[in-house]
Amino acid sequence: MIPVAFDYVRASSADEALGALSEHGDEAKLMAGGHSLLPMMKLRLAYPSVIVDIGRLSDLSYINDAGDHLAIGALTRHRDIEISDLVAEHAPLLAHATSHVGDPQVRHRGTIGGSLAHADAAADHPSALLALDGSVVARKADGSERVIAAGDLFAGFLESSLDPTEMITEVRIPKHTGLGWNFQKFNRRAQDWAIVGVSAQSTGDGARVALVNMHPTPVRATAVEEALAGGAGAVDAAAAAAEGMEPSSDLNATVDYRKHLARVLTRRALEGAGIT
Amino acid sequence: MEITVEINGTNHTHDVEPRTLLVHFIRDVAGLTGTNVGCDTSSCGACTIHVNGEAVKSCTMLAVQADGEQITTIEGLAGGDELHPMQQAFMNCHALQCGYCTPGMVMASVSLLDENPQPTEAEVREGLEGNLCRCTGYHNIVKAVLSAAGGNQ
Repeated sequence: MIPVAFDYVRASSADEALGALSEHGDEAKLMAGGHSLLPMMKLRLAYPSVIVDIGRLSDLSYINDAGDHLAIGALTRHRDIEISDLVAEHAPLLAHATSHVGDPQVRHRGTIGGSLAHADAAADHPSALLALDGSVVARKADGSERVIAAGDLFAGFLESSLDPTEMITEVRIPKHTGLGWNFQKFNRRAQDWAIVGVSAQSTGDGARVALVNMHPTPVRATAVEEALAGGAGAVDAAAAAAEGMEPSSDLNATVDYRKHLARVLTRRALEGAGIT
Repeated sequence: MEITVEINGTNHTHDVEPRTLLVHFIRDVAGLTGTNVGCDTSSCGACTIHVNGEAVKSCTMLAVQADGEQITTIEGLAGGDELHPMQQAFMNCHALQCGYCTPGMVMASVSLLDENPQPTEAEVREGLEGNLCRCTGYHNIVKAVLSAAGGNQ
């Protein structure tokens, strides 16, 4: 399978990439590792007329301790997050969720910024970002930047709230050092997307819970969080995991089965995170 | 667009369409057909090669993305007539049946041991999650990787 023909622009800096985006608008797509976009182009589900290759922007590949949060460059590969001591110490949920993305080959190429911009409800990273209350920095060609909270990043099915002329330059993860966490992923083959997944992060006085593949967008399980805040235990809170969710029905699972999985996996995630 | 890709130590310069996949560049331009196309959807791992020493699925990379990079394919592993230790281990353990997945399995296994020289059996099975063997010959493949790792000690 070969993508529809496109014009190729290789950016040597973020400014150059943003300039190309400004010039071509929504005809253009940024390609980082290409491990979400290229498969869609091969299947002709996406057919941008211009590809702006940002895969060589090594200055956007970093993991820094920024005081109360970790600053992770958008071009940081999954593999580098998976093995980072900083991430393991301050955001182990992110490290663990990352180790479940695709397979080693995919993790050698795929990037956190690309994964988040792809905004796939079935992907592992968005749920970790939501549960860790992270944010992304989005930049425009004029140099202006805005910080988009995880809860505002996912606008629709495979749709982020990024403007077509914006790019994610950095991902910010508040430190959750020493707090309980858990990640559950249910699938049939090791490398597959989750049929349903759960990220749970203790905040010390409460918990954030985010679900994978349970809604058109990556989503927080607010009913679970509210039940916990109201004093419910893990078992009772998890029973609310499917409330308000509109999962799809597909070859892998019916809607009812997904809802069942969400409740079971949320209970396991809460218990695994030490939230009882 | 003219690109130069170093494959197994030899530079290959060619004018390609941007949509050319790396696996097609390797097979059709460089003429190295040891790298197989399997599923073509980054699931099966048959097309696994090394980009700058790390396992990557060459069906999910554009040739233009590999411009200036160092690629190793299955043909580049052996030193002359002497098989790479992983190839030898696959042979010793009969870690192939039809052989279609083998080039990708070997390349993924070499990368796995580069990152984790002494893996447990479970780590080998997890580390090869990106490679499918439709003969289901996994048992001997895992044995071969563990055997090659034993040689690292």
